[in-house]
Amino acid sequence: MREYWKNGWGTMTASELIDLEIKLLMEGIFQVYGYDFREYAEASLRRRMTQWLSGSSFATLSEAQSRLLREPALFENLLRGITVNVSEMFRDPSFFKVLRERVIPHLKTYPFVRIWHAGCSTGEEAYSMAILLREEGMQGRYRIYATDIDAEVIRRAQEGIYPLQELQRFTRNYQQAGGKASFADYYTARYNRAIIDPSLRENLVFATHNLAVDADFGEMHLILCRNVMIYFNPSLKEKVLNLLHSSLTPGGFLCLGAKESLNYRQLASCYNEISPRTQVYRRSYGCP
Amino acid sequence: MAAPENRIFKAVVIGVSTGGVMALKQILTALPADFPIPILVVTHITPTADDGLAQLLNSQCSIRVKEADEEELLAPATVYLAPANYHLLVERRGILVLSVDPPVNFARPSVDVLFESAAEAFGHSLIGIILTGAGHDGSRGLLQIRQAGGLVIVQDPADAEMDSMPRKALELLVPDYLVSLAELPALLCRLTHTTHQVNVI
Repeated sequence: MREYWKNGWGTMTASELIDLEIKLLMEGIFQVYGYDFREYAEASLRRRMTQWLSGSSFATLSEAQSRLLREPALFENLLRGITVNVSEMFRDPSFFKVLRERVIPHLKTYPFVRIWHAGCSTGEEAYSMAILLREEGMQGRYRIYATDIDAEVIRRAQEGIYPLQELQRFTRNYQQAGGKASFADYYTARYNRAIIDPSLRENLVFATHNLAVDADFGEMHLILCRNVMIYFNPSLKEKVLNLLHSSLTPGGFLCLGAKESLNYRQLASCYNEISPRTQVYRRSYGCP
Repeated sequence: MAAPENRIFKAVVIGVSTGGVMALKQILTALPADFPIPILVVTHITPTADDGLAQLLNSQCSIRVKEADEEELLAPATVYLAPANYHLLVERRGILVLSVDPPVNFARPSVDVLFESAAEAFGHSLIGIILTGAGHDGSRGLLQIRQAGGLVIVQDPADAEMDSMPRKALELLVPDYLVSLAELPALLCRLTHTTHQVNVI
């Protein structure tokens, strides 16, 4: 009998069991709450799930599942753990330099531009964009839509309050990105926090949006989706790229993270990288 | 468990910090172009670095060296360096995944993050190595490799430019091999049944 068990049932390793528990829980979460993590990249999802678990009072995910499926507040706590994203203002300064020098000149040829930050986290990138557009004289001629899956993160993005110790790095990034003013003009320091200049929030709309299940945003001229799809498996990446594509006007720009690319994607032929390794892609006019 | 020389390994993971460039150069230049399994490396580099280190090593080594790309499938005879400002993880099917999760042990990429995911992906078919470095990144991950049945190697602290990372690892476990950098290439070749290349540089 013992041999039978050994060879037949009960032979999963601890690690395989955790994978199975994640799979079962994600299916349940999708059916109960409509959040779809079933196509997230395994390794990073597992890391976040085990971290959440180790900070909880549950021994296993199976044990947690019963309450996660019944208690929305507990699920929201998990959601925060799964979707946590850290960002910084002017992350990858060379990218913002490319935006300033190569993309904004195109945007200036339109009377009005619409920009979408898909997966904006706590808003750092969207505020960086607002600063860039102001310095390039586009005030009053744009609207920025910044979306994230997590309502709590969106609330914090709207506040625009960041720990003061982060500002040193933000300032360095800003300068390396070719900033034209003094970065201190864009925030007010209070105690150990910095509050972003509220006037940067004009024409900046924060909203919740779930890339995995929600519909597209119409007619954007520029879409930034940086370091968001690295958490998705290939099939979800294709799905989300299609969503971004159908939200982007012909001749518009799609920006990905430093280690992401459109190579080998179904839509690759519809885009040209404006120059190698910028991860800034322009949508061709001839593509449906 | 079979003797180390009779085991089949699917991947090597290396964690290194201060002194990493010289250490990697010494090891990787001594590996043959047909080294049979992939090698994944986390070395702590400045967040704004480009893939210059991978290019430099690639130009000096017989084995192929490159920066890890998102969603890349592991291939034999290739060394993958974690890109600056990203964690590197590996999935069970041998696919590389990058993440911008918060730094771990003040580091991104973090050795612990790579080791933990590799231990889960490869179990006993993994070789984990901790080399010179300040701090303690990698010691927890090395323990997880051991617990998953993998083989663990630590650079002899006396041989390390910075002995903190090897020392912290030794506080948590007794490695299968405690070696100097000079001994490591031959050991890796023996464990993977390859012919050791004499370092000519």
